[in-house]
Amino acid sequence: MPELAQKIRDIIKPENIVYAKSPLMNDDVMHYCPGCSHGVVHRLIGEVIEEMGIQDQTIGVSPVGCAVFAYKYIDIDWHEAAHGRAPAVATGIKRVMPEKYVFSYQGDGDLAAIGTAETFHAVNRGENIVMIFINNAIYGMTGGQMAPTTLVGQVTSTTPYGRNVDLNGYPLRITELLAQLPGAAYVTRQSVQNAAAVRKTKKAIRKAFEIQAMKKGTAFVEVVSTCSSGWKLSPVDSNKWMEENMFPQYPLGDLKDGTRADANDYSIKG
Amino acid sequence: MGELRLMKGNEVIAEAAIRCGCDAYFGYPITPQSEVMETLMALRPWEGSGMVVLQAESEIASIHMVYGAAGSGKRVMTSSSSPGISLMAEGISYMAGAELPCVIVNVQRGGPGLGTIQPSQADYNQATKGGGHGDYSLLVLAPASVQEMHDFVVLGFELAFKYRNPVMILADGVVGQMMEKVELIDQRPRWTNEQIAEISGSWAATGKTANRKKHIITSLEMDSSIMEANNLRLQAKYAQMSKEDVRYETIECEDAEYIIVAFGSAARICQKTVQIARSKGVKVGLIRPITLLPFPEKIIAEYATKVKGFLCVEFNAGQMVNDIRLAVNGKTKVEYFGRMGGIVPNPNEVEAALEQKLIGG
Ligand SMILES: Cc1ncc(C[n+]2csc(CCOP(=O)(O)OP(=O)(O)O)c2C)c(N)n1
Repeated sequence: MPELAQKIRDIIKPENIVYAKSPLMNDDVMHYCPGCSHGVVHRLIGEVIEEMGIQDQTIGVSPVGCAVFAYKYIDIDWHEAAHGRAPAVATGIKRVMPEKYVFSYQGDGDLAAIGTAETFHAVNRGENIVMIFINNAIYGMTGGQMAPTTLVGQVTSTTPYGRNVDLNGYPLRITELLAQLPGAAYVTRQSVQNAAAVRKTKKAIRKAFEIQAMKKGTAFVEVVSTCSSGWKLSPVDSNKWMEENMFPQYPLGDLKDGTRADANDYSIKG
Repeated sequence: MGELRLMKGNEVIAEAAIRCGCDAYFGYPITPQSEVMETLMALRPWEGSGMVVLQAESEIASIHMVYGAAGSGKRVMTSSSSPGISLMAEGISYMAGAELPCVIVNVQRGGPGLGTIQPSQADYNQATKGGGHGDYSLLVLAPASVQEMHDFVVLGFELAFKYRNPVMILADGVVGQMMEKVELIDQRPRWTNEQIAEISGSWAATGKTANRKKHIITSLEMDSSIMEANNLRLQAKYAQMSKEDVRYETIECEDAEYIIVAFGSAARICQKTVQIARSKGVKVGLIRPITLLPFPEKIIAEYATKVKGFLCVEFNAGQMVNDIRLAVNGKTKVEYFGRMGGIVPNPNEVEAALEQKLIGG
């Protein structure tokens, strides 16, 4: 590791820099694999927090998954949740400190398998939090097993012959389901495979934090992501595979853009 | 003298939580403790002290909400009954690992499984020997009266913050449901942000200010040598609990030839047994462990050389009896008597067991 750190430091010379690092990004060497989307999304979150000037008011909730160490990289206070429980942890934080900014950050296994109940109910309560959802269609951290979002036919270490609907059911479009919930204010699906997509995702994250400030309900940002190691593809091929296979199943764009539902529409009449 | 009221044990938990300045309660309904959240919701403390009360979607969510809220350095609690506590095991382990204070109330019912809604003490092992994974300990308080349901909420928060550790109030359906006179503390304000900064400012995750490093609430550590050091720090804390916070009550033990050991409502019943036995001329005493963890092993060891035997009475198949045997270490006889499945023995039944298992035997 020290040699690697030195090599990276050697690259970080003024003449090589094309994009300034947010001062909120700590200098730790990221543990993410080459081509992974997690690091890019971390950076965007760091930039948004910096630009909004809310470092001293923000608490991040990291998941169990590859982003378990998210707390190492962004210079804010963090709370490391158990697998799938980040929305409950974020709820607890936000309820006792409603004036702070709270966001959760989760992978697809964390958010859409083991933590489905916590995810649904946090959004249904319209918790005034930001939820970031990294959908890479696989369990990265544990070595590439099937995720709820794994595509039909996709090979993973627990679907060695491809995901089979008779055995494994269907890819879960949880974001579409969450967009139906009255507590959701803003639900969007983005990606970070090129500069244009990165800019859009940053805008979406910024908007999500602004919605939190206005206490409009839950702001949910899915980022369709790559997992080169899990998919066993090069970073470049991963982007291609994602565009060809993930985007048709998980189309990009806003699913809900507004505020949570009016309570009157749901009240008893008598 | 504080305000006196006739109250149910479960209602008192809610009243004491509000009055001691608790910041938040998260819970999920389950018999025989649903009155805790019902009372809180009826009292609307968010309009008074500013306490947050939220019904979660499950006990898993409840405990993880507690975990999140406790990371702010505030005083947070939950309550449940046996099956719900099993679901909380994950979060309790995380909180012990991350060294967060909180109060968890378990108003036990009979198990295993869905079991029965009738009273039980069958979660003694779960509370004192683990429940969740890893080498952690709770501090476990066993109330035997409605007054203690009240007092242990207040004491529970003090101990939880003294040790930065979850405290469990291990009650049972009897103390949860019965009504007794209780003296309530006067309303205390919740801690201000300044007080929280003073008490928990070195670790709480409240937003990183320019003058300090970021705070990370976590139980994770990939470096084994640091993880072992973390474990040793926890163990040192538990050793300190054993030194400074063992609590128990002794009743008529001075001249006793036989001692009953019982906790919670079982101890209330056994108090009557002591009277019955003494009226028959048999010198019986009672030791009531108040902290089940740390267990009052010293006082039991002391009496082990003085008495002819101990009878452990509990509403389970014999769980605490093993801790008594360890404390007694073979120096005298240790017998167990208990009922299960939600059956609460009466004092005469206990007296008969004493006669049959210890005195006659
Ligand atoms: C209770 C529990 N079950 C299982 C695990 C093992 N585990 C760790 S991460 C993970 C899956 C993570 O996948 P995902 O949420 O998609 O995130 P990614 O690693 O792909 O970013 C699993 C199953 C665990 N830590 N805790």
